[in-house]
Amino acid sequence: MFTSQEIIETINMVKQSNLDIRTITVGISLFDCCSDIPQRFIDNMRKKIIKYAGNLRNVANEIEDMFGLPIVNRRVALTPISLLTFSYSYEDLIKVAVAIDEIAKELEVDLIGGYSAAVHKSYDENTKKFISSIPDALASTERLCSSVDVGTTRSGINLDVIAYLGFIIKDIAQKTKDKDSFGCARFVVFANAPDDNPFMAGAFHGTGEGDCCINVGISGPGVVKRALEEKKDASIDEIYETIKKMAFKITRAGQLVMQYASKKLQIPAGIVDLSLAPTPKVGDSIAEILEEMGLEKVGGYGTTFALALLNDAVKKGGAMAATFTGGLSGAFIPVSEDSGMVRAVEAGALSIEKLEAMTSVCSVGLDMIVVPGDVEAEVISAIIADEIAIGVYNNKTTAVRVIPAYGKKEGDEVNFGGLLGRSKVMSINRSSPKRLIERGGRVPPPIISLRN
Amino acid sequence: MRAIITVVGKDKVGIIAAISSLLAQNNVNILDISQTIMQGFFTMIMLVDLKECKLKFSELKELLMKKGQEIGVDVNMQHEDLFNSINRI
Repeated sequence: MFTSQEIIETINMVKQSNLDIRTITVGISLFDCCSDIPQRFIDNMRKKIIKYAGNLRNVANEIEDMFGLPIVNRRVALTPISLLTFSYSYEDLIKVAVAIDEIAKELEVDLIGGYSAAVHKSYDENTKKFISSIPDALASTERLCSSVDVGTTRSGINLDVIAYLGFIIKDIAQKTKDKDSFGCARFVVFANAPDDNPFMAGAFHGTGEGDCCINVGISGPGVVKRALEEKKDASIDEIYETIKKMAFKITRAGQLVMQYASKKLQIPAGIVDLSLAPTPKVGDSIAEILEEMGLEKVGGYGTTFALALLNDAVKKGGAMAATFTGGLSGAFIPVSEDSGMVRAVEAGALSIEKLEAMTSVCSVGLDMIVVPGDVEAEVISAIIADEIAIGVYNNKTTAVRVIPAYGKKEGDEVNFGGLLGRSKVMSINRSSPKRLIERGGRVPPPIISLRN
Repeated sequence: MRAIITVVGKDKVGIIAAISSLLAQNNVNILDISQTIMQGFFTMIMLVDLKECKLKFSELKELLMKKGQEIGVDVNMQHEDLFNSINRI
């Protein structure tokens, strides 16, 4: 039998500190669905997704009941669609996108990822056509997510595609302007994209993966914050230790959910992503953890330091708790999805520049950042280039999910609802990087790529 | 399958009787039970065995929560594995 203390603590983790599992993501390989006839590919794909993920919703609900642990999202990640649709016309690509979205709706899957391409070295006309279809694909769907990998530490940075993506993102914003340019929230640009990431918008089922697997993304910033509340006068090493222990417990819950889902769905278990993922709910915020450590407002000096130790402690605690870890693993710092971050932006304490610095020590990057709609495409490309450089030169994953909200100015508010939250439009440095971005070409990989 | 049932609320007569008789009616065996007053609240923790129970986990949970509402306490049931996973290496 457990001690009363243990049981009460576990129940409080869920009831009062918002401990939840962010996502169960079923990754599915579509290589055996390929066909030169688009409709046949769609039919094959449909059959396969239903075969593996048809019961995902029920199993997730059952897990919620059994363990009393909320599962916020049920998701599916597919083989990057660009690899499977090489000969397809533009219209057929959109047809595929819409078909994927319909399958997601039918299965009541919250988001489905994989309308993706990897062009970190170079790209041909077919892949360029695929990338050009992303704005229409996102505008014609509601649950489809898309990503493009534009650089890796091994291969360098593809500036040609970064220059192009500035226009693509503006186009997505324009085509989804009725919903505050919501389409941009379903598109992410990556450096060093991992194959097994369960978090959207960047989830896809990588080419090195098997036929199917389950990946789990954990959450739980509220639990960490609450644990720190009881350590008001503790030294920083004690804070570190507390975070590590909490991360262990949170990850154990994730590992349990993965094992259970794997057994029930008869799909092999994949990885647990050791991430603290915020939600817009008050008390479920990464910013609040950093503030609990002793910052007046997140974004002030000391923020990068606090985030670095949080991130490392989460990884150390989590690594012991899970058999296979992967994905993005670290703390997420999206702006609109984190109520504490939004407050800091509103108070003028948190800038894009500080967020960029923070991304050098945490998982992913500039995430869910809303900027004025009239920003030049080259500025967006340059924001991407900066962030990708951090990833490529530091041998880590980084990403950009930026939303140039159509028709909105600095200080206006946008509201996406649900998990994606709301935010003020952030101020942006307007000096033009046009000449730099228009040079195009490819940046050679850094010297650390020669580590053999 | 074993589960942990927790009952938290203001102390009064008949809480244990109400919950345990509901369990008995549904062939749920109580393996361990402890009760204490924590932070001013009556707190009861039960380890139960659901092997002979004919109801689905969610159905029994629903019944327990309803019973809790009737007598003004908060009742929760969770699979034992959650506590095992989180608290035991």
